[in-house]
Amino acid sequence: MLLDTGFTLQQISHAFRFSMIWSAWGRVLALFAVILLAGCAAQDPGAAVTRDGISDPFEQRNRNVHEFNKAVDRAVLRPLSRGYTRAVPEDLRLVADNFASNLSTPGLVVNNLLQGNFKGALANTYRFAINSTIGFAGLVDVGDITGVPEVDTDFGETLHVWGAKEGHYVELPFRGPSTQRDAVGHVVDLFTNPLSTVLSGTQNEIRIGAQALDVIADRGRFGDTIDSVLYDSADSYAQSRLIYLQNRRFTLNRSGGSAYDDPYATGAADPYDDPYEDPYEE
Amino acid sequence: MKSDMTRRYAIGSLASTVGLAGIGLGLPDMAMAMTTERAKTLVDALVADINAVIASGKSEQAMYVEFERIFARYADVPTIASYALGVDSRRATPAQMREFTTVFQRYISVKYGRRFREFIGGQIEVQGARAVKSFYEVKSLAILRGQAPFEVTFLVSDRSGKDLFFNLFIEGINMLLTERTEIGAMLDRRGGNIDAMIADLRAAA
Repeated sequence: MLLDTGFTLQQISHAFRFSMIWSAWGRVLALFAVILLAGCAAQDPGAAVTRDGISDPFEQRNRNVHEFNKAVDRAVLRPLSRGYTRAVPEDLRLVADNFASNLSTPGLVVNNLLQGNFKGALANTYRFAINSTIGFAGLVDVGDITGVPEVDTDFGETLHVWGAKEGHYVELPFRGPSTQRDAVGHVVDLFTNPLSTVLSGTQNEIRIGAQALDVIADRGRFGDTIDSVLYDSADSYAQSRLIYLQNRRFTLNRSGGSAYDDPYATGAADPYDDPYEDPYEE
Repeated sequence: MKSDMTRRYAIGSLASTVGLAGIGLGLPDMAMAMTTERAKTLVDALVADINAVIASGKSEQAMYVEFERIFARYADVPTIASYALGVDSRRATPAQMREFTTVFQRYISVKYGRRFREFIGGQIEVQGARAVKSFYEVKSLAILRGQAPFEVTFLVSDRSGKDLFFNLFIEGINMLLTERTEIGAMLDRRGGNIDAMIADLRAAA
């Protein structure tokens, strides 16, 4: 089995090239994803929501994808990220991170605008302008230094602001935890960055390479946390599902879109309020 | 700032005690009622202790011992443990409950201590508190190197008889829910055998 073998440098470089051309496949995969989601929607069993506010009618399929993702992580992403963290000094990693973030900024501005978040759009536009010039093509985050942090967003958030429902939980191959709404968002975001049409072929390859590297860097940066969820949990599927949904809802709540469940209002967060969990009752 | 708050609190409680004594009631419960300031005071002290451990440069194992001490001092551990056990806490014997609580305290300290260890070089700042339902929410900001600051929220209550926190959210991720899911999965893996689950938990900590 793949997992039992050690990794040679050649395998790693293959894997890396694979991720470089990944995006060339991106649009093809996007089509597949749309078909998959349409399929999901078509056979929507409209299953019950669990007591933790999770709707997961595709659990069996999702669990299979989860095992696949873990195998990919164990075989490719984790070893790559460890090697990267070990080989590249922290300052250089920060520079690479800045470079990748800067190239994704125009896509953020598009989503900011679609959400009617003009303040965010302005902040990100300023950041892109100043970081691309004074910041040496995005290597230095001058925006951050001057007190204008990135206003991160994506098309999933745009859909949320527009009033789209979260949909069911889905775990996407290679991408991991998501919801039907966020999965559509990922697909659309392949097209929201204006740079993809403005830049030349080689420039786009650099952009995509930087993004691929960013995925590896992030896996390394949050390495222990991700490891503990994926490999130390009794049920890593249930843990990653819960963590993703809570964090995603928390993030979206800040964008002030449609009203969200107040975590305190459900009673789930208050063991004193919910007789079911109240140890002082009975 | 902080000493100012403490002084105001001291003056406030003194005034109310005097007032109550004056009208001959002396209801200690009223003077003891939880306030936003007291909730914030608790988290201020908690965060100061966590920051001190992060900055101490102690070994990993020594830090976990410190985090367990902090957890035991500032958290309503029995309530958190029984919530994590969920519906199964009803069929657990008092002995099982006691053992589970002890092991759970160690497990949480190591697990969250590991996360807090990643805060080395950074620190947590308490932002403010507000009343929510029957308890208090205290928001803080974790400011780490090379990372956008993120929110850590504590829920504080005096329902245990003391001011203690009973839940913690890191960027919206709810400790109680996360641990109930985890403990539930550990029980499922053991076919619902509480003793076997406790043994697993002890091995994991």
